[in-house]
Amino acid sequence: MNTMKLSLGPLQYFWPREHTLAFYREAADWPVDIIYLGETVCSKRRELGTRDWIALAAELARSGKQVVLSSLALIEAESELGALQRLVDHGDCWIEANDLSAVQLCRERGVPFVAGPTLNVYNHHALAMLMDDGLRRWVPGVEQGHTLLRELREAMQAEGRTMPELEVIAFGRLPLAFSARCFTARALDVAKDQCGFRCIDYPDGMPLATREGRPFLRINGIQIQGEEITDLGPELPQLRELGVDVLRLYPQAEGMAEVVAHYHLARRSPVAPPRIGARNGYWHGEPGMRMPETA
Amino acid sequence: MQLVCPAGNLPALQAAIDAGADAVYAGFRDQTNARAFPGLNFSDDELRDGIAYAHQRGRQVYLALNTYPDSVRLPQWYAAVDKAAEFGCDAIIAAEMAVLDYATRTHPALKRHLSVQGSATTAPALRYAHERFGISRAVLPRVLSIQQVERLCEGSPVPLEVFAFGSLCIMVEGRCQLSSYVTGASPNRHGVCSPASFVRWEEHDDGRRSVRLNNVLMDRFEPREPAGYPTVCKGRFEVGGEVFHALEEPTSLNTLELLPRLAQAGVAALKIEGRQRGVAYVGSVTRTWRDALDRYRASPQDWSAQPRWQSALSKHAEGHQTTLGPYHRSWH
Repeated sequence: MNTMKLSLGPLQYFWPREHTLAFYREAADWPVDIIYLGETVCSKRRELGTRDWIALAAELARSGKQVVLSSLALIEAESELGALQRLVDHGDCWIEANDLSAVQLCRERGVPFVAGPTLNVYNHHALAMLMDDGLRRWVPGVEQGHTLLRELREAMQAEGRTMPELEVIAFGRLPLAFSARCFTARALDVAKDQCGFRCIDYPDGMPLATREGRPFLRINGIQIQGEEITDLGPELPQLRELGVDVLRLYPQAEGMAEVVAHYHLARRSPVAPPRIGARNGYWHGEPGMRMPETA
Repeated sequence: MQLVCPAGNLPALQAAIDAGADAVYAGFRDQTNARAFPGLNFSDDELRDGIAYAHQRGRQVYLALNTYPDSVRLPQWYAAVDKAAEFGCDAIIAAEMAVLDYATRTHPALKRHLSVQGSATTAPALRYAHERFGISRAVLPRVLSIQQVERLCEGSPVPLEVFAFGSLCIMVEGRCQLSSYVTGASPNRHGVCSPASFVRWEEHDDGRRSVRLNNVLMDRFEPREPAGYPTVCKGRFEVGGEVFHALEEPTSLNTLELLPRLAQAGVAALKIEGRQRGVAYVGSVTRTWRDALDRYRASPQDWSAQPRWQSALSKHAEGHQTTLGPYHRSWH
């Protein structure tokens, strides 16, 4: 039985500097194989700057982790491109490319990259093209479940191509949408340009509920996440059969050590673990969220 | 600047051409385009007729093939590219790499525009699409400020098209899974957003109405309160104890007053959203922008956004409200 690797996905939220550093100091001792570092949501979040992330990458690499530097999902400003260029020029780490700008800069510099979940790779041909560009690992977008991935793998095989490493979001809130608008600032009725970095007060995002009080989404700056913390633990036998190489666990503010321990145990066991989060409908070809009963 | 207008069907295509569109964009009646709505789009014969109608009048037809096929369905998208070439479309508008690559290799003479769904917001991203697929134009996502559009015009390897008017996606196009989270049907994979088959209106005894998307409550309305289409992004939700349009109000993008800046920046084309809208919308909005563009061309120094243009456009806006949207910093 192949043992799948565990990764810590990029921190999607904005935490105080000391909190973030303490989190990763702890993570250095967790049984995760890969750690993704960097800001993927908002370039105004600067408790850790590009230089800090790169320094942290070196530190974590010394503790035996593979470190990947993650890039912004939405790049608008020249300064954001400049920061991306510095990540790519750093050269010691693979890059998680979360948009085409990152793919292009990696391609121009010959830096290997991981295609992140917002890159919109939906079929074998696009995947093969990106492999020619330097892709080494692929994290499919959230809406691609078991059947689509199996069909893609078969299409790759039929064309005599080898799959890159396949990493699936196993645990965490799903990143659903990105905007130029900051929804945290909007909810607090402050301008984005004078936001006061208030998202730092919401270490797991800001809950959004329907008008009948049903928890629905999470507001996280310019990003919208699903409310439910999804968990593919019970589906691990299926993931293993599909040839998933890496299980991505997205950091949450509380209890990550236990989540990692849970998955570490599960990845070495032939028996599926009990569910510790919500069922991910996407994986089963259904709507991502758990559906309410008919009203 | 070229005026590119929506054609949801043959009458709309003719209305757009008659009202002065330089080009129209259309889609086949399937999931190969991002407006795969019931009763909309073109059969093969209708598209041939539409192309003939446009070409006889010296105008162009672009074919939207801007969804993301999975491996099994790829041949359907390839066949649509073949038809675009065979029918004499002036360009395809595509976002997905396999589709663009197929078009590049199989029909190199067929022009390729990068769709808004391709989410390219920077010069390197545009370089990628240019180097890899030889695109001759790119449509920018509706997320950039006017200053960012101006800068990108300078650094882009290809001419740029921007959205000028119509319904406003507030999320980066090609990067929104809100519809699929609730319904399983997605803009990227199925060419739909919050499809009507999942929408359920409920009338209450007190005259109030509720609207649900796949049973999830999107909004409630008081008697006589205007109610818009319940896409997730335009619902009212509770955040921090308050109920409001947490993501966006029902409103439309209108960049008319930015026309001179867009022209001076070197924007190649202005796009009107709305293939799902009727002939009246297409005719009126196209005529208004045609007039505005012609006046600007004739006399750029004296140009100003005329109230009659604005009032004509407001009539067709969602909730009769318009916004400069992301072009203006205060929207963010």
